[in-house]
Amino acid sequence: MSEGKDLKALADILWEAEEKRRGGIPLTQVQPDLTPEEAYRVQLINIQRKLDQGQKVVGKKIGLTSRAMQQLLGVDQPDYGHLLDGMVLENGQKIPRERVLQPKVEAEIAFVLKKDLVGPNVTPMDVMLATDYIVPALEIVDSRIKDWKIKLPDTIADNASSGLYTLGGRPTSVEKVDLTQIGMVLYKNGRMVNTGVGAAALGNPATCVAWLANKLSEFDIALKAGEVILSGALSAAVDAEPEDHFCARFAHIGEVSLRF
Amino acid sequence: MGIDFREIAQFLHRAETEKRAVERITARYPELTVEDAYRIQEELAAIKQAQGHRVIARKMGLTSKAKMKQMNVEEPIHGLLFDYMVIEDGGVLVYDELIHPRVEAEIAFVLGEDLEGPAVTGAQVLKATQYVLPAIEFVDSRYENFRFTLADVVADNTSSSRFVLGSKLTSPEGLDLDLIGVTLHINGEIKGLGAGAAVLGHPANSVAMLANMLARKGERLRAGEVVLTGGITEAIVVEPGDVVTAKLDQLGDVSVVVK
Repeated sequence: MSEGKDLKALADILWEAEEKRRGGIPLTQVQPDLTPEEAYRVQLINIQRKLDQGQKVVGKKIGLTSRAMQQLLGVDQPDYGHLLDGMVLENGQKIPRERVLQPKVEAEIAFVLKKDLVGPNVTPMDVMLATDYIVPALEIVDSRIKDWKIKLPDTIADNASSGLYTLGGRPTSVEKVDLTQIGMVLYKNGRMVNTGVGAAALGNPATCVAWLANKLSEFDIALKAGEVILSGALSAAVDAEPEDHFCARFAHIGEVSLRF
Repeated sequence: MGIDFREIAQFLHRAETEKRAVERITARYPELTVEDAYRIQEELAAIKQAQGHRVIARKMGLTSKAKMKQMNVEEPIHGLLFDYMVIEDGGVLVYDELIHPRVEAEIAFVLGEDLEGPAVTGAQVLKATQYVLPAIEFVDSRYENFRFTLADVVADNTSSSRFVLGSKLTSPEGLDLDLIGVTLHINGEIKGLGAGAAVLGHPANSVAMLANMLARKGERLRAGEVVLTGGITEAIVVEPGDVVTAKLDQLGDVSVVVK
């Protein structure tokens, strides 16, 4: 299916953009018929490069989980990317300017697994039973594509526009909460910028994780015990500038913050 | 001077009883102030009371940042809810009784103590609140296409039309009402969502503002009064046949069928 397409060359565009800290051209401009499947292979090329450099996969992130985002990109399902140990920030940490390109901030619920989840046919109930605990997370999404001019294959290839992330709050067992109804308020520099609720992610954050487990089975990959899963934004991504402070407060599970 | 508040109130009352959208009143009276509009709202209330209706709750409107920006205002607005506007939890909204209703999910407060402004704070409100409960409100502007200025909507009793209170009362003690997650479902599909903080940062702030706005007129909120604090979700258009459910974390659900 990718005959004649140089996926390595596409991966190089993203790799170079990250190294030179300058957004690259959309891959879909170079290769207009790039499919999502090929884009995932491009993603894996660059992940493998990072693993070769000594980084480790610590989890996954799920993107495009809101109806609004899916409509924006004209898709009807989410996408996913890899979380590496080099992306983790401490709760409250100040982020050096050079670690981000064109960052936006999203608040989400993170799952930490205690059992492997192997698709297909994983249900949200399976996810809840396999979850050790949930915690609040701030994800800094970032794009290696200039001005975020992304189509679905562009963001998939670019590790689902992953940047950095931090976990905070209190590790909480899923049996203590109704995942769909956890309220969230996001503040930028002390001012409320938006509110959300668990159901904003595909109706239920556990549904997002189940989708991921099932999607990964297409690549013969399982979600492993101990992995962190960022399950999808509960409200629209907010642009971040130097010196901005972000804090998200969640019902039941606590709060998490970051400073640029 | 020269504006007959009573006549305007009668005009809006006819629009409501005849279920007919009318031209906004500021088209005829561009000089109408918000203070004038509250006088019209009072006249409208007097007409309803003369017909035997009773005020049973108050509501706040334009409590979200988005709506305040859209209307270019700094302060929310308030209106009165009457006995004929109540629909029971799980009950029926008769679509033909209204013009072009839209639905919002809210948190309602029941006061256990009087609250008299000025300078009432959200913390004082929480202390004076006996219960909170989930609510659905149907707004139904009497103006064509829901187009109005601030004075228009105030005179029109802040588009009040029908409301549903949940059947479970919860003490606000120990709850972070700003973090209450809310989803609004129509026929099972999520059409709106948010958290309590969407209302002025915290729904208790909405009640505090109401007490402080009433204080300017020498009025106060009384023990036993019910206050609908403002939409947490956007207002969503409904059609006959719709089943509307609001789910509020820790407070429960409330639903209504549109027929």
